[in-house]
Amino acid sequence: MSRIANSFAAAAREKRPAVIPFVTAGDPDLSFTARLIPQLAAAGADILELGVPYSDPLADGPTIQRASQRALQSGTTVSGVLEAVSGARQEGLKVPIVLLVYYNCIYRRGEERFAQEAAAAGVDGLVVPDLPLEEAGSLRQHARGAGLDLIPLVAPTSTPERLALVGQVASGFIYCVSLTGVTGARATLPPDLPEFLSRVRDASGGRVPLAVGFGVSTPDHAREVGRWADGVIVGSALVSRMEQAASAADKLQAAREFVATLRSGSAQAAGMLT
Amino acid sequence: MSTMSPPAEKFNAGRFGEYGGRYVPETLIPALDELEAAYAEARSDPRFQAELEQYLTHYAGRPTPLYHARRLSEAAGGAAIYLKREDLTHTGAHKINNCLGQILLARRMGKRRIIAETGAGQHGVATATVCAMFGMECVVYMGAEDMRRQRLNVFRMELLGARVVPVTSGTATLKDATNEAIRDWVTNVRTTHYIIGSVVGPHPYPTMVRDFQAIIGREARAQLLEQAGRLPSAVVACVGGGSNAIGMFHGFLNDPDVRLVGVEAAGEGLSSGRHAATLSMGTKGVLHGAKTYVLHDEDGQILPAHSVSAGLDYPGVGPEHSFLKDSGRAEYVAVTDREALDGFHLLARKEGILPALESAHAIAHGVKLAGQLSPGDIVLINLSGRGDKDVQQVADIVQGVGAS
Repeated sequence: MSRIANSFAAAAREKRPAVIPFVTAGDPDLSFTARLIPQLAAAGADILELGVPYSDPLADGPTIQRASQRALQSGTTVSGVLEAVSGARQEGLKVPIVLLVYYNCIYRRGEERFAQEAAAAGVDGLVVPDLPLEEAGSLRQHARGAGLDLIPLVAPTSTPERLALVGQVASGFIYCVSLTGVTGARATLPPDLPEFLSRVRDASGGRVPLAVGFGVSTPDHAREVGRWADGVIVGSALVSRMEQAASAADKLQAAREFVATLRSGSAQAAGMLT
Repeated sequence: MSTMSPPAEKFNAGRFGEYGGRYVPETLIPALDELEAAYAEARSDPRFQAELEQYLTHYAGRPTPLYHARRLSEAAGGAAIYLKREDLTHTGAHKINNCLGQILLARRMGKRRIIAETGAGQHGVATATVCAMFGMECVVYMGAEDMRRQRLNVFRMELLGARVVPVTSGTATLKDATNEAIRDWVTNVRTTHYIIGSVVGPHPYPTMVRDFQAIIGREARAQLLEQAGRLPSAVVACVGGGSNAIGMFHGFLNDPDVRLVGVEAAGEGLSSGRHAATLSMGTKGVLHGAKTYVLHDEDGQILPAHSVSAGLDYPGVGPEHSFLKDSGRAEYVAVTDREALDGFHLLARKEGILPALESAHAIAHGVKLAGQLSPGDIVLINLSGRGDKDVQQVADIVQGVGAS
């Protein structure tokens, strides 16, 4: 069983969704990220999603755009991000790591080389927000060859046919984009989310876990989403808390506390189910 | 006259060799499928074609003239230069050809809200114009830097009822405006049609926009045969995203003796690092939904482009140009800001025509090329837009206020 599958299974045994915090690697610099990763794990993250900063993140709202710009300004490179991951692994980090990476960063390096290097660094899966099913065939092969999960995204606009196809090829989990839009904190969850998730579940045959991202912003959201999905991804709300904190120590504390409340929020989902 | 006639197999593939494709978020794929289907249907619908032709003729002012520029030819000292006068269309550039096609398509799909990106503002103005005429809501994304360079066009769009949204992210130019338009589309995809202004973006845009612009080359070829009785030795057009060039080139793709020459912006020089010469200096990558030549670094981070002309200031290029470059059917060169400005002044003084700074790149290279050819040759230059929007900027440069 892969590390990702183990994490979902462990959360499921506790009758709660896996908590998947997202941060942009290198925001504000990679030495901070190296300190952040183990603390997110210690605070209760079941899986970590690390964003590779990109110059043109067209699936992202202003919060993650700013994080990307800060990371690039501090000189963050793809190699640097992979080194941060392998550094964390060397220090004993067990939590699975998924990279959120725009396709041009992969294409420029070469799909096979990217997959091999990521796997060697200790990455478990890739999420590529601008690589739909039709374009993903060769990367999926290279990812599989390297032992990485290529995690597909589905959206509320995805047709039943596309959902069924995604269900067939998905590995790791299916990243369910909760709404039509870009990443960013929202006050409320979309009202049609349960219906959307049940369509995804039906179409995919429940073969892989479903994790929900985009707009999931509070412990209440996490608890709510946990009723219908196997994982919750929280990005902008976390990045924004760190952005607002002044010192590195304050940022780390803000991140720890927020992830801990997400985790306890998710744990309450268990109570709601019984 | 049929308005469009591209080979069907190319349309279906959505690829130009290895270039093109659909590298966009999943949310948009169903909308692209819908657009592809609606366009395929419209394309073979005689009523759609007739209505488009009606608007192109009586609203946009087609066919545009083909003009034998005798004094410019004389100055070049070689081939005869002919200008395809897209600057004489309504709104002053070829962009209107595409906007008329797409607004009719949007109406057909029942979309009432239109978004667009713009660099120099010409596409934004053309979009705002067709939206006003069809009574649709219009939002135009424009880089804050470009809004400063092209104040007049911002005001024109507002007069036409469009909302112009400044984009401050990244380099605050065309690439960032395009990112922001895509983000809007992802958010409002169910109600909104995105009128992309060039032959860029995910399939079916590069094909569809090319089809709408192909009227330039079809007209020019027929007009030249009528006026001069022969085909040109070379066809010259500027390339940012590359829609005016692809529209012109398509009229001559099957004339193997006609050289197709695309002119990119060399900015302050190709070795300066401050240029927008994607085909000349870039490598394969993915930008705004298509695999194509891109200006990017070792990590795939998109590099800022530079050109005196906001419309060419773009680090990508239409995927079909990438294909034409690799296949050798078209050649791509680059001219500097300074050469383009010289072209601007030359055309003004010799022919009484102020070209857009974008088109001035084609003028500059066309004159250079004509000088190398003999009087028996013809060089056909696409004069894609007029220069009224650039007068203030040129005045600033002449007075030494700055190049951009």
